[in-house]
Amino acid sequence: MIVKIVSKNFDIENSHKLSVALKHDRYSSLKKLFAMSPDEVTNEVTKSGLRGKGGGGAPTGEKWKLMPKNHDKPSYLVVNADESEPGTFKDRQIMEYDPHLLIEGIINSSYAIGANSAYIYIRGEYVFWAKRLNEAIEEAYEAGYLGEKVAGYDYKLDIVVHRGAGAYICGEKSALLESLEGKRGHPRLKPQQKEPEWFFGGPTVVNNVETIASVPYIINNGYEAYRAYGTEQSPGTMLFGMSGHIENPGIYELPFGTRMKDVLEKIGGGVKGGKKLKALIPGGSSCHVLKAEEIEDITLDYESLRKHGSSLGTGGMIIMDEDTFMPEAMKNLFEFYHHESCGQCTPCREGCGWVDKILAKLLSGNGTKKDYDTIFDACEMLNGKTICVFAPSVAFIANSYITKFKDEFYSLCKKD
Amino acid sequence: MSEFKFSKQNKEKYNELLKKYPNKASLTLPLLWMVQYQEGWISEDAMIYIADKLGTSAMDIQSIASFYTMFNLKPVGKYNIQVCKTLSCKLCGSEKIRTHLQNRLGIKFGETTKDMKFTLSEVECLGACGEAPAMSLNDDYVGDLTVEKIDKILDEL
Ligand SMILES: Cc1cc2nc3c(=O)[nH]c(=O)nc-3n(C[C@H](O)[C@H](O)[C@H](O)COP(=O)(O)O)c2cc1C
Ligand code: SF4
Ligand code: FES
Repeated sequence: MIVKIVSKNFDIENSHKLSVALKHDRYSSLKKLFAMSPDEVTNEVTKSGLRGKGGGGAPTGEKWKLMPKNHDKPSYLVVNADESEPGTFKDRQIMEYDPHLLIEGIINSSYAIGANSAYIYIRGEYVFWAKRLNEAIEEAYEAGYLGEKVAGYDYKLDIVVHRGAGAYICGEKSALLESLEGKRGHPRLKPQQKEPEWFFGGPTVVNNVETIASVPYIINNGYEAYRAYGTEQSPGTMLFGMSGHIENPGIYELPFGTRMKDVLEKIGGGVKGGKKLKALIPGGSSCHVLKAEEIEDITLDYESLRKHGSSLGTGGMIIMDEDTFMPEAMKNLFEFYHHESCGQCTPCREGCGWVDKILAKLLSGNGTKKDYDTIFDACEMLNGKTICVFAPSVAFIANSYITKFKDEFYSLCKKD
Repeated sequence: MSEFKFSKQNKEKYNELLKKYPNKASLTLPLLWMVQYQEGWISEDAMIYIADKLGTSAMDIQSIASFYTMFNLKPVGKYNIQVCKTLSCKLCGSEKIRTHLQNRLGIKFGETTKDMKFTLSEVECLGACGEAPAMSLNDDYVGDLTVEKIDKILDEL
């Protein structure tokens, strides 16, 4: 089941060091890359069908094509290493075990979009990983893979690692850019039409770490080789995660289209302690929860999860066994959302806190059925009247927990 | 004028950083980090210093610094322990770890011991869900926590 494209070097000793990385294909795409024009690179990535791995699954090549040609301000690539979605811990593996793959991917991608500067925005807690990246970047400069002439070609590129400081919302790309511009991490209003992002007025692409790390393989082996894995609509592979009640938690690279149940059983080793599965969140806490009986024919790809009323998200699965009390699980997530709302929009700032408080009341045994009506009202308020998608997704999550595990939730109510 | 000053090393770092961004406003977070590493926390005085360097007001810097939970706006203990309270860790027994830490250190979350040795807080998902329950101790992560493991770590500090 496991395929190693992005994770190929993860098990090699000292794979983070340039001398070792060079023996294992790193920077081997550059010859091909610079023989192509930037547009040809973008086309190759478009044809590969590579989709963003930061949670949204947007087609990467299409996004790159939005970059204007001959803009009067410089262009930028910003790599999203904020990785704060609960249940997600994949980008960190790339930065730990193969930082040179990320650097190689940044060279590929920056060249395609015409950027000479790239920033890696890494969550503040990842001190070890920021250090590791900086060491790798330093090695790459010394060896001439970064700087005035990348690998001797007529192309200049600088990479800077920029540390965040503890704010989940800075993973949202426009909030990330605000933060990179030295401000509070407040998401920006979305433009009406499709356009690139902007960093100090310069056109900018924001891509997830894993997305960028997937590019060298495509350039090296061609789009068809990438498409040989996965499905028509979800080509290639993804670093899937398992955490919670599972025997073998961890990160595993799998082709899209792999059967979820097989992954849980054959790779995950089944639910911890031989217990029964109760529920599963497929890709980070912002995806709709699934009941055990819903996962029977789910395959790990965008279309299958959509068909089953959830989403693939970041691929970080959270597994819950039969003893999990769902109202408590939901309360835990609402403490998170309450804490992490950036506070710009009143419905979001107030709504998340409100739901959290009502859940506390219900869990303490003092709630009534009416309290659920209040939660649903709050959800309506959260849905659709805010600057970013944080609030609407919180509303959907609340709905999915309460409706799917109705009996458990209503068992909390006082008899009235 | 502020009393606070960057160390010589940080002054050099500041000049290096200036070259790396199209606009020096981007230096806000890096400078706040530099202050925090130098002093352990970020005083109002240091904010005035940063504001001066970046050509903005101390109030702006204050408003930005307070948005980010990792910036300490008051002194913290020598060892800053932050335990994850989010779902995967909870499913793997973080409750027990959290209770144990509070009992053993004799403080609640958000507090610092009188001798300024330990600060204890709860944080949201650290991105270490595969090694749940997890915490960070200053700049390092510790995962697969058990009560015994915590005792061993604390005994050695
Ligand atoms: C609330 C919120 C949090 C997000 N957090 C992250 C994150 O931590 N890492 C990430 O790569 N993308 C995150 N995203 C998605 C980004 O906005 C953006 O779509 C992504 O970085 C684009 O890269 P990709 O197309 O390569 O996935 C988040 C989005 C939202 C709405
Ligand atoms: S929806 Fe919430 S997180 Fe998004 S901008 Fe509004 S307040 Fe901030
Ligand atoms: S839930 Fe604790 S590290 Fe992710």
